[in-house]
Amino acid sequence: MSLVFAGVCSHAPGITGRAHRADPAVRDAFYAKLGEMRERLEAARPDALIIVAAEHFANFFMNNMPAYCMGMAESYEGPIEDEEWLGIRHTTVPGDSDLSRRIIESMMGDIDLAYAEEWKFDHGIMVPLNFLTPRYDLPVIPVNVNCQGPPLTPLPRAYEFGRVLRRACDAQAERIALVGTGGISHWPATPNSGVINEAWDRDFLERFVANDRERLIAYTDAETFRDAGQGGFEIRTFITVAGATEGSTGELMFYAPIPIFAVGCTVATMNLA
Amino acid sequence: MSLYYVQKLLYQLNRDPAIRKRFEESRDDLLAEYQLTDEERDAIVDGDIGLLYVMGVNGQLLMHYAALIGQEWDQYINAMKEGVEKHGPVREGLYTLLEDRSR
Repeated sequence: MSLVFAGVCSHAPGITGRAHRADPAVRDAFYAKLGEMRERLEAARPDALIIVAAEHFANFFMNNMPAYCMGMAESYEGPIEDEEWLGIRHTTVPGDSDLSRRIIESMMGDIDLAYAEEWKFDHGIMVPLNFLTPRYDLPVIPVNVNCQGPPLTPLPRAYEFGRVLRRACDAQAERIALVGTGGISHWPATPNSGVINEAWDRDFLERFVANDRERLIAYTDAETFRDAGQGGFEIRTFITVAGATEGSTGELMFYAPIPIFAVGCTVATMNLA
Repeated sequence: MSLYYVQKLLYQLNRDPAIRKRFEESRDDLLAEYQLTDEERDAIVDGDIGLLYVMGVNGQLLMHYAALIGQEWDQYINAMKEGVEKHGPVREGLYTLLEDRSR
């Protein structure tokens, strides 16, 4: 089969962990759109979900940091964070090691990605799964793009990674869904937490839904850091999804800054061509 | 300064219950495995989030560590701000370039 669904959403830990502190009207509107994203995902009847996230030192550290890594385990566990702090119970998430292996083997002809048979999920994956597969009944294949410990993969490579991922998915018999998770502009885990550059976000999202490769890869990391904070480095996950859906445009289902969540909360899906 | 090892210890404490157990039960043995200055060692043992931030610890490591030691969200954000007021600007890493937008 092929890629049957693609989308992006935010993953900030406050979305679940500090839910009670957000404006209920905006929060519930955001949750509703995440619910709609889940319905679209389910309607695509996927056999597996590839989730491209920017993790936060749950598995990878500066002793041996891969630019790209894909999980190849039978199952995964998470969250690493305190359950009460994150508002998500510790659980086991099913994987599909055979499908992982076939995708990795297919991709290796074009791109050097690392693989991992052991992987603990942090909020970057658990928060989206909490809304998209709340019963943890869909096999998940995690992918990490290093967005935390520079040097980081250049943006054109992130787009190319997405292209290669798409070709690998299209070569499999399974119906595969793809979700990218991350923030756009944000300064998480710094004294600037809660600051959001809405104009920058809306401009980025306009480039994203248009799938305008040249404009998506036009940022330097220095510009992103200045205008969108270190959290802005996570645009790599969105750009990977854009690369995987080259030729398709997207639909922005929701965007609103929610400062206590420390991010402009985003839900978007791609209209697969 | 041995920021790399400070971060490595926090990374392992955040993700590995076995390391946390050693931190509780045989802290000196565990800490001897990392190249830490006295200031770094004290900051970790004391849970001094403000000083660790000023040392340049990546915020994602520090956020998870603050949660691990039970700091409430506002307390944790304020600890970073107070750290800068007390110890001066961030000394190393990405956040040396960070412009204060919080005021």
